[in-house]
Amino acid sequence: MIDFQLKKYLDGPQGKMLLEVQAQISPGTFLCLYGESGAGKSSILRMLAGLMSPQEGYIYMHKTCLFASEKQINLRPQLRQIGFLFQEYALFPNMSVRQNMTYALKKGQNKQIIEDLIEITALGDLQHRRPGTLSGGQQQRAALARTLVQQPSLLLLDEPLSALDRSMRNTIQDYLLDLHRKYELTTILVSHDVGEIIKLADQVLVLEKGKISKLATPLEVFTHRQISGKFQFTGELLEISQEDVIYVLSILIGRHLVKVVADKSEVEQLTVGDRVLLASKAFNPVIKKLE
Amino acid sequence: MLDWQPIILTFQLAFVTTCLLLIISIPLAAWLTHTKRKIKPVIETLVSMPLVLPPTVLGFYLLVVFSPANAFGQWLDTYLGLQLVFSFEGLVLASMLYSLPFMVQPIQSGLSNLPAHFREASFMLGKSYSTTLFRVLLPNIRPSLLTGIVLAFAHTIGEFGVVLMIGGNIPGKTKVASIAIYDEVEALNYSMANQYSLFLFVISFVILLMVYLINGGYLKGFGK
Repeated sequence: MIDFQLKKYLDGPQGKMLLEVQAQISPGTFLCLYGESGAGKSSILRMLAGLMSPQEGYIYMHKTCLFASEKQINLRPQLRQIGFLFQEYALFPNMSVRQNMTYALKKGQNKQIIEDLIEITALGDLQHRRPGTLSGGQQQRAALARTLVQQPSLLLLDEPLSALDRSMRNTIQDYLLDLHRKYELTTILVSHDVGEIIKLADQVLVLEKGKISKLATPLEVFTHRQISGKFQFTGELLEISQEDVIYVLSILIGRHLVKVVADKSEVEQLTVGDRVLLASKAFNPVIKKLE
Repeated sequence: MLDWQPIILTFQLAFVTTCLLLIISIPLAAWLTHTKRKIKPVIETLVSMPLVLPPTVLGFYLLVVFSPANAFGQWLDTYLGLQLVFSFEGLVLASMLYSLPFMVQPIQSGLSNLPAHFREASFMLGKSYSTTLFRVLLPNIRPSLLTGIVLAFAHTIGEFGVVLMIGGNIPGKTKVASIAIYDEVEALNYSMANQYSLFLFVISFVILLMVYLINGGYLKGFGK
């Protein structure tokens, strides 16, 4: 069980913002942090990892106290036994893939784990290459393997796939799921990609301006929205295409072609040529005066 | 015939100074890069002072401080047996102070230009700061290290004012090449002065050229 309460003022894009969150994550959960950029997702990961200090709060991992402002406990990142995967991969350029992994070994740790991880992530052919000679996807795969060498029980992923193309993402998502299950990890992933979240996560924590606005399963968060009717249009369905695990619908509304995402259950009821109702809550519409 | 003694002494001084400087500059530059203490700008200023200060000022104060007529100089002499005025050891110390910014600044800028996630990734892998520094950070700033080493070396070869103030002109002990030139000119021995000068000119040119070639990637497999 990971139990945390964090409070910190952050300098966001819209000035100072109070990040105030509290959550409990049961072991083995694959949790996604979802929200606009600047909502505080990465900051939460960095505070859990010890790379950033909260002003107030606590972090307990399996009853071990990692941080407690009242008791003045603040464990260094080195002592937290948490795996952290960076968006920029952060492989060390002066070492080969295998050397990067060997570097991660604890004192006296059995080296067999490296062979296992190289096999699982299919790095065999790449293990003696330097990171600079690898593609983004290969680097992130190597970084993922390196993160798991110390066998952390908590894995933090800070938008690790956002710089990769779609097919590469798919491959690494599969590795992530495999490793998450095999090593019984608790995983927290920061992601913007709804398809990715639906595919990977058991739970989604939605952040809005530093506060948790929702904690539910991906399907509840992304598909069971109530129609408030703020924006509502009717149109003709022109095309259904599948991308990843989600579907993209092309709908002609008036003279405008609009592309929207849909999930499988929605698509099953639809055929091309149908008249459809399209509604959105439109929290934050752009308003411009026209000449 | 050219007396090689001053030239040999110059290189001895430059070599010893550079080695010792490297040892103290790495922790100093690392501290300056990563500290959040308020005293940092003061230390940075002190390190950079030799860049703007006339060498004679530095030399003068060292002379005063280390003079056996002074309490500190006397203490050094009595308890450590160190004579820092008009001696090779004194020259090394003065040169180290004088060349400090040339070593510290390239290393510091190299370290601060490295992305923070290298350091953070190493910390997350459970590695201490010193392990991170020596196995991850320094190997990735080799061009900066090389620049620091070479600049400190070349700058020590080229110093004059500090050496003259604290070292004087003792043949075989403190008479380095730059002093020898001054000496020969004073004695109106222009051809000798020219030989020393030409030698220093060529050596400095070659050393700096090496830095630019290596850091510019013209010589493959070294530096980068």
